[in-house]
Amino acid sequence: MKNSETKTAAREHHIERAWCKGCGICVHFCPKQVHKLDEEGKACAVRPEDCIGCRLCELRCPDLAIEVIDRQAADRQGKDHE
Amino acid sequence: MPARDYIRERFFPHMWCPGCGHGIVLNALLRAVEALGLDKKNFVMVSGIGCSARISGYVDFHSMHTLHGRALAFATGIKISKPELNVIVPMGDGDAMAIGGNHFIHAARRNIEMTAIVMNNRIYGMTGGQFSPLSGYGTMGTTAPYGNIDHGFNTVDLASSAGATFVARTTTYHARELADFIGQAISHPGFSVLEVLSQCPTQFGRRNKAGDAPEMLESYRTGTARIDSKKKRENPDLIERGIFVQKELPEYCREYERIISKARGE
Ligand SMILES: Cc1ncc(C[n+]2csc(CCOP(=O)(O)OP(=O)(O)O)c2C)c(N)n1
Ligand code: SF4
Ligand SMILES: [Mg+2]
Repeated sequence: MKNSETKTAAREHHIERAWCKGCGICVHFCPKQVHKLDEEGKACAVRPEDCIGCRLCELRCPDLAIEVIDRQAADRQGKDHE
Repeated sequence: MPARDYIRERFFPHMWCPGCGHGIVLNALLRAVEALGLDKKNFVMVSGIGCSARISGYVDFHSMHTLHGRALAFATGIKISKPELNVIVPMGDGDAMAIGGNHFIHAARRNIEMTAIVMNNRIYGMTGGQFSPLSGYGTMGTTAPYGNIDHGFNTVDLASSAGATFVARTTTYHARELADFIGQAISHPGFSVLEVLSQCPTQFGRRNKAGDAPEMLESYRTGTARIDSKKKRENPDLIERGIFVQKELPEYCREYERIISKARGE
């Protein structure tokens, strides 16, 4: 079941475009394929409603360009995934 | 991001290449310091020269950008004169193990309280891809166009036998573990060494057909295992991650204080 029109995103992804160098780490490792590189080669959250709040994109961003903002207080902590 | 309170935003975007692991080390370090809840004025970061060493310019701590390989010597001076400071010394693999090898083993032997972070990308990134003492046999570098015939040091073994009282290893893939180990290394009351496998897609990755940054991170996931894990037992060739040494021995600054008191007849 995936319908981005009807689901409201519980989290927002703030991406500092001027800092992002488009390495693709966030795109590659997001367990829910939330991110994509846009036409300028910058990270962009295209499916924020699918975000599970693991924050791995934020933690692994070498450019310190991503912040996952939780709209709800609850924050499920993800693991490093062995 | 709370980590933003600990950086000098005016220098961003930083100078590292797209996908450089050194940025992930910075990211984790800021989170570790934040989690410790200590004032940034209590931190001093001392670095040498290299892409890795540039990290000291980005943190909003006291900082010193010194000479290639000599950061630990400067850091020792700072720590001896101001033992109340938390001293963090990020180093490149060339910086720490080649030109700075002697400083490294002797700082470990003295057990002076500071945190040495070896940002190991297995190459001289800044100067264009020469092999380092951590490149390893068979790797390619500009100075090893037919393959490196030097065997690598094992940073963990070297630091442990030199006397470091906290020795750990992780990778930039394991971002949460990285922040955790940095925090533990900072809190340890002695000489701490944390080796971080940190990808250099530009100088090491390209030359060694290791792929782009995501692929190099994947290789840290598949090529490493926690100490004593099932994964390690099933595949003994994997590089171990974890805390290898954690013990308490008399710390150098406190010993020095004691000697001064003794000499004064106190
Ligand atoms: C005394 C001295 N010798 C050599 C150099 C040239 N030099 C600058 S950085 C560097 C090595 C960088 O490699 P590493 O320490 O692994 O750091 P990285 O750039 O890979 O992070 C060298 C040899 C120097 N700056 N000073
Ligand atoms: S040359 Fe390598 S170590 Fe230096 S900034 Fe680029 S990727 Fe990082
Ligand atoms: Mg290096």
